[in-house]
This record gives sequence, structure tokens and C-alpha cells, in this order.
Amino acid sequence: MPYISNTDEERAKMLAELGLNSIEKLFKDIPPELMSSSFNLPKGKSELEVRRFIKELASKNITDLICFLGGGFYDHFVPAAVGAITSRSEFYTAYTPYQAEVSQGTLQSIYEYQSVISSLTGMDVTNASLYDGGTAICEAIMMAVRITRKKKIIVDEAVNPIYRKMLHSYAANLNFESIDVPVGKDGRADRKTIESELDNNTACIVLQNPNFFGCIDDVSDLADLAHTSGSLIILSTYPVSLGILKSPGEMNVDIATGEGQSLGLGLCFGGPYLGLMATRSKYIRQMPGRIVGETADKNGKRGFVLTLQTREQHIRREKATSNICSNEALCALSALVYLTLVGKHGLRELAELCNVKACYARKRFLEIPEIKQKFDSPIFNEFTLELPANAEDVISKLVHKGIMAGFPLGRYYKNMKNCILVALSEKRTKKEIDFFAESLGEIL
Amino acid sequence: MRLIFEKSISGKRGVRFPERDVPSACNIPDGLKRKNYAELPEVSELDTVRHFTQLSQHNMGVDTNFYPLGSCTMKYNPKICEEAVLYKGLADLHPLIPQLPDGNKLTQGALQVLYETSQFLSEITGMAEFTMQPLAGAHGELTGTMMIAAYHASRGQKRKKVIIPDSAHGTNPASAAIAGYEVVSVPSNAEGVIDLDEFKKALDKETAAVMLTCPNTLGLFNTQIKKIADKTHEAGGLMYYDGANLNAILGKIRPGDIGFDIVHVNLHKTFGTPHGGGGPGAGPVGVKKNLVEFLPISRVVKKTDGTYALEYNYPSSIGYIAPFYGNFGVILKAYIYILLLGQKGLTRVAENSVLNANYIMKKLEPYYHLPYMRTCMHEFVISAVKQKKNGVRAVDIAKRLMDFGFHAPTVYFPLIVEEAIMIEPTETESKQTLDKFIDIMIKIAKEADENPKITKTAPHNLGISRLDEVKAAREPKLRWTK
Repeated sequence: MPYISNTDEERAKMLAELGLNSIEKLFKDIPPELMSSSFNLPKGKSELEVRRFIKELASKNITDLICFLGGGFYDHFVPAAVGAITSRSEFYTAYTPYQAEVSQGTLQSIYEYQSVISSLTGMDVTNASLYDGGTAICEAIMMAVRITRKKKIIVDEAVNPIYRKMLHSYAANLNFESIDVPVGKDGRADRKTIESELDNNTACIVLQNPNFFGCIDDVSDLADLAHTSGSLIILSTYPVSLGILKSPGEMNVDIATGEGQSLGLGLCFGGPYLGLMATRSKYIRQMPGRIVGETADKNGKRGFVLTLQTREQHIRREKATSNICSNEALCALSALVYLTLVGKHGLRELAELCNVKACYARKRFLEIPEIKQKFDSPIFNEFTLELPANAEDVISKLVHKGIMAGFPLGRYYKNMKNCILVALSEKRTKKEIDFFAESLGEIL
Repeated sequence: MRLIFEKSISGKRGVRFPERDVPSACNIPDGLKRKNYAELPEVSELDTVRHFTQLSQHNMGVDTNFYPLGSCTMKYNPKICEEAVLYKGLADLHPLIPQLPDGNKLTQGALQVLYETSQFLSEITGMAEFTMQPLAGAHGELTGTMMIAAYHASRGQKRKKVIIPDSAHGTNPASAAIAGYEVVSVPSNAEGVIDLDEFKKALDKETAAVMLTCPNTLGLFNTQIKKIADKTHEAGGLMYYDGANLNAILGKIRPGDIGFDIVHVNLHKTFGTPHGGGGPGAGPVGVKKNLVEFLPISRVVKKTDGTYALEYNYPSSIGYIAPFYGNFGVILKAYIYILLLGQKGLTRVAENSVLNANYIMKKLEPYYHLPYMRTCMHEFVISAVKQKKNGVRAVDIAKRLMDFGFHAPTVYFPLIVEEAIMIEPTETESKQTLDKFIDIMIKIAKEADENPKITKTAPHNLGISRLDEVKAAREPKLRWTK
């Protein structure tokens, strides 16, 4: 029997110890009329057969397209050492480190993760992770609602539209009101409209940088504005961009969130990913999720434990700050190992590399006379182009040339049917960019 | 161990990027740039690998030690699953591809994994349909609670209470509260299951749902479960099944058959996906027919021509609860697990997990107080009240076990048992391991009598002694700073 090591003989011995002659007797508490009416599953298969079958399934998915598709989820290079560490089963077959003395590996790595994310975001404290960038925004909003005791949320429309959809369903079910504000002409947050929406009932303003259209911004002024009306500011970030961009902390943000997928995690069809959350020290007791703290053992030796647990569901039950239990610890480990390998100067270099590739690509595309730049704002690694044709049609044609050209913005923004969002990472070469530009020129 | 930051030396690098091959320059205005570099470590690849390899050696995992952590189902995780998630076409598949024109066609293999796993789970639990989106068990609970609210709203009702037994996981009341419900906690009776009279008193027209784990966190099956379901339905409420303990009943009972309307399944427990040191998990949610319309979007469907597609047009849906289609990598591992074990294998999982638990319980019963003298399911709870007379508490026993190479059981949960020690061996452990564990537990019981000091000051052999949690909370130090 796969993964069950006891033999029939051993089972019989164990049953005899219990004074039973069959395993069925162990289920005698269950009234017979409640037993399964059906359990129609296939017969088990060998590992060899299953492996063959999964490889066949994998081959039914498209591979080998040159990827310019981003939208918050990026095709970055992952050094081999990341996988070498996260595939150590001492890490991946452990669970939540409730028993600190046999979990120092996990606990110290989470402490180090909290340290790098705090520094990267310029914030004071970071939790041990949330599920993904979207649920991180929803948790941040719930946190802002608790802190301010207000219920209105102002959301910039250039926050990832998928996250906004999530936020809408959380809002509908969790009793807060959200208002979406369209971006200004330059593709960045529309200060005027936000200011007019901001009132004494506003819990927070939610923004993203770089935003979904690829534009970058300094939202310090909006942070000041929010604070004058007793509201908070939540900024969703792209951690690789923080190698060069002004950090949320430098912009006076109250809660920084983000999707950690770009930090050493594969795209893996949408998960597992990593929800980043960092905040100010003064808000720590309202922060959701696990937090690891430094302490000492009885001999004074440094060690790490889960701490501030009175915020959490296993202690506080219905009064907890969140219902989260399992988070994304192994993904947080990937992010930590990745940031360790890339290092202080490497991350700046990587961010610049992404930016120069994007600048070059945008320049190449804009050489095609029919193509226009949609927004006149600085970019990081992604940008919006306005095409002379429906973006979906153009994307389809480019798939046949082996190019995953980008994301058609019309899917989420009604008046942007001809707009495409194009992303660059350090993995794209000049040759690939040139090929994309040439192919695009040919089909337009 | 030193922190990675304490090993950092200016100028060291762990990875090199390709040289710039494009003529453009960086065009980010200075006003939008950060002033200082983020304080990341500066170490070589070897430094990195050695640091984290050494850290891993300060951990216990299922692969290194018996890990009888009750309610967490720490079973062995098949290695083929770890291999398969790295396959090209799966590991590198961009989640936005299905949203491109004709995108479904480009992702048929991945959509098939999602669809078939959901079908398997429906059959295993007796539900009509599953969403694979919830990213953890607690996220599944929240999704389920949102659907409960949507269901009542669609009938023009705004019920305000959710009934939860006092033995429940903390996530149950927390999830219900976040969704805006008032939580009514019902006590357990002398048999360790929800008290029927108290339950009837709590149940009324304001009850939106009853959330239960069955078998419950004491590892006990509630023989009155059908009655509870019937009463709840009569009052117009819904039955929510917390699938944390599904391992015990695979192929034996299906929540759908015994009256549950909604169920979440923890793939990282029952379906053998690794726990990752605290995630990633996955918490798919299944519902009966009358709740299908409220499932989150997108939904994966199989078309009449045999192809798979994502559908979004469900007006009564609670909407998006996750960015994409769930923790795909975790779901894929669970899918492989089900394919490997098949119908018979899964039934044997339940049988062997229950046998292993009863075997340990029987052997420990002369030495530890057993608050509920019944056949248990996949786990059981003993109490350290006997040992407490000598000053030895559950936590001491937990720490002492580590000295002998065992991970500790869950302690102080469920809250209704004084000095609770909750043991879940799982089906994958051998009789030899169980016997060793039993011997050590007996040895510790004797030690607690004869030499309690050694138990109270454990662990002794780990290179680190008991850590001061009070200090950590009083003087929070939550990050390294220069």
C-alpha cells in the first residue's frame, strides 16, 4: 500500500491489543445509515504511470512563448540556490513553529524575512506573510477600519483590477463601502477627485506603485492629505521595484502590502504566492498574521518565538484581528533566500536592468508610427501602449509568432480596448525585444 | 546561530545578472528614487546555502522526526508531488494566460487539473460542486461564511448568529466574526461532543449556520450528527463542515450524506501536501446544489466537446475571493496524491489513521488521564492532570519529548480539556515508530513521578533550552537593525 508501512500482520497485532478482530470495529460509533452512499474514485496508479500522465497534462499547456505578460505577476530569473534551499524537507515538511525549540530554523528565517521586508519597504515591522498581494490589501483595509473605526475606502482605479474585484467582494460581505476613483490623464492618481471624496468617514486610501498601467508616482502628498482627515494610506508595491523606487516608508505610508511572487517564486498558474504586509510600530497590535520575535532561553542564548499571539485566532477566537492561520511560510523563505542572494547592490542593479529594458522596448515600439504612448508618466518595467487595433486581436496574432505580447487592458477597463500592457524583466534580451517590435510592426 | 545580516561583508555577491544589452539608460527621475539602499545581506552563494542549510538543521519536519501534532495531520508527503510541480508547462505557467483571447486553449492541462481535483473532492465529500480558490483552510471558512450570508440574503433574510461548539478550532469563530456574524459558543457534554440540549437552546430563526468539525477536535465522532443537521435545517440554517479532520473518514462517511451543506477541505492535511513550515496550504470549498450559484468566480467547467474553460458569468456569485484559481501548486500535489492512492488507498488512509491513534491511546491510558473513554478516530486527547500533581504540565511533557527525537503533540487545545495533549499519529507511521513513541511517553510519565525536575526543565539535548515567550511579547524585537 503506498505510504502506509504497516503490514497486515502488524495491523492484526495492533487490533489484538485493542481487543478487536477487524478494523471495521473502530468505526462502530458511526450509525450504519450514515456510512458513505458512494465513493466512486479511480483505482490507484503507480508513480510511473502518474508521472507520465502529469507530463502529458503539462504538455497541454503553452510553453516557450517569449513572455512580455506581467500585470503584477512577472517572469523573473530564479537562482538555482533558492530551490535548493526550499526543497530541504526540514523546512517544507515542518508546520507552524508553535514548538520553538524544534523550529529555530523556520523561526529565525521568518525573523530574517521580517527584517528584509521591513527594510525594503522602509516600514517598521512586517508579519510572517499573508496569502497573496490581493488578500494582503483586503487585510490591510480591515486593519485600517479597525484602527480608524471608519468604513469608507477610497481606491485608485490603477490598483490591480483583480485585487479591486476581490476587494469589492470582501466589501460586500464584510460591511465596508468602497469607492473607485479613475486615474488622471497622466495615468496616475487623480489628486483632485481623491481629495473631494476624502471625508471624516474615510478609513483609508488604497493605491499601487508602480500602478497597474506601469506608471510610477510619489504619493507623499496623498499620505499627508489622508493623515489630515484621520485616514490611513495603504500602498500596494512590487518588491523588485523597491530596489530603486522611493519606499512606502519614505512616502509616509501607513500600511505597505505587495505580491511577493517576483522574489524567487515561479508563476505556477497563480499560486502559491506570497502576501507582503509591513506597517508602523504603533499599529502592530492591529496587524493580522504570525509575527516572530527575538528572545532568549534560560541560559541567555538568543532564540526566536512566535509572539504577540494575543492578536490571533487560536487565542482570541472571534475577537482576533484576522482568521488567518496557515500563511505562506515556505514562500516567505523563498523570498528571503532570493533577496539574500541578490543582495543590497544586486537588487538595485536588477531594478535598473528591468527599467532600461522597458525603456528600450517602449522606444522601439514608439518608432512604429501607428503606436501611441497612452500615459506620459515615468515607468518602471511595464507600460501601456495604445494600438491602432483591438489589443486582443494583436495579442492573438503575436501568440502565433511565439510571443506572449502583454495584457489587453480592455478586459478590465471599458475604454481601453486598444490598449496593451507590456512588461519587461531582466530575462528579456535585446534580440527578443527587437523581434517583438518587428513582429508588431508587421501585423499592424 | 548568527543572523544572515551578521555574516554580511560589503562587496560580496550571491548572484550576477547579465550585462546590459540595450542602449537605453535608466530614466527614473531622482525624486521618485529611494534615498538609501535597502539593508539586504551581502554574502556569496556558498554563504547563503550554508547559512540556510544550517538553519534547516535546527528544524524538525515529518521527514526527520515523528510529528504527532494533533489536528494538523502531519503525514508523509510523497516526493513525486515535489517533482511534478517543477515540470515545464506547470511551474512557469502565467496565471493571466486564460484571460487572453483563446487563453483557455493554451492552458488545457492546468484547467484539467483544477476541474478533476474539484470533481474528486465532490465525490469524496458528497458535495455538488467545489471552488478550488481558497488559499488556506481559514480562507475556505471565510469563503463558506460569505456564501452562507449570500444564501440567506437571497431569501430576503439577514440572520445574525453562527453556532460553534466550544471545542472548535479558533479559525471557526474568527472567520464567522469577520463575515459579520455573532458567534454563539455551545458547550460540549460528558461524551465530548456538542451538548444537544444546549444546542437546541441556542438554535433559532436567527441562526445562519452551525459550524462543526466531525470527528471533532477531541477525535470523537458525534453519533447525533444527523439530528443536529435536521434540527438546523428545520430552523432554516445551514450546516458547515470544517474538513480539518477529514482524514479519519475517507471512504467511510461523506459530510454531504450526513447533512452538511458546505465543506472546506485542507489539502495540506488530508491530501498529503506538505505544510511548508506554516503554509502554503489550500482550502477548497464544496457546496450542495442549492448553494452552487453563490460559489466564487471564476469557475472551471468542462464543455460538451471535452475541453475545459473558465466561466465568469454567475450573477449571484459572492465574487472574487482570490486573484486566480487557487494555490495551483498545492492543488496539483493533492491531485497527484488522489491519483496515486485511488479509491481503496484513500479508504485505507482513514482505517490506518484511526487504528494508529487507538493503538497509542490504549497503550497510554494506564499512564495518563483520558478524559473521554471512547474509541477515538484519527486523533485523541489525553490530559496531564495526573502529572500536574507533581508540578509537571502538558508543556513540560511536550518539551521533554523533543529530547527523545519526537516533535511535540498539540498542547492546551482543545481549550475544554485541562492540560490537553492532542496526539495524531497519521496513517503513514509504522508500528515501530508508534511503539518507540509509546515507550518514551511512558518513560516521561514515570519520570514525572520520580524526577519531575528533569521534565520541568526540558528540553536538555537540543542546544537551546526553553525560550522565554513572555520576554518576547513584553519587549518586542521583530527585526534586525544595523
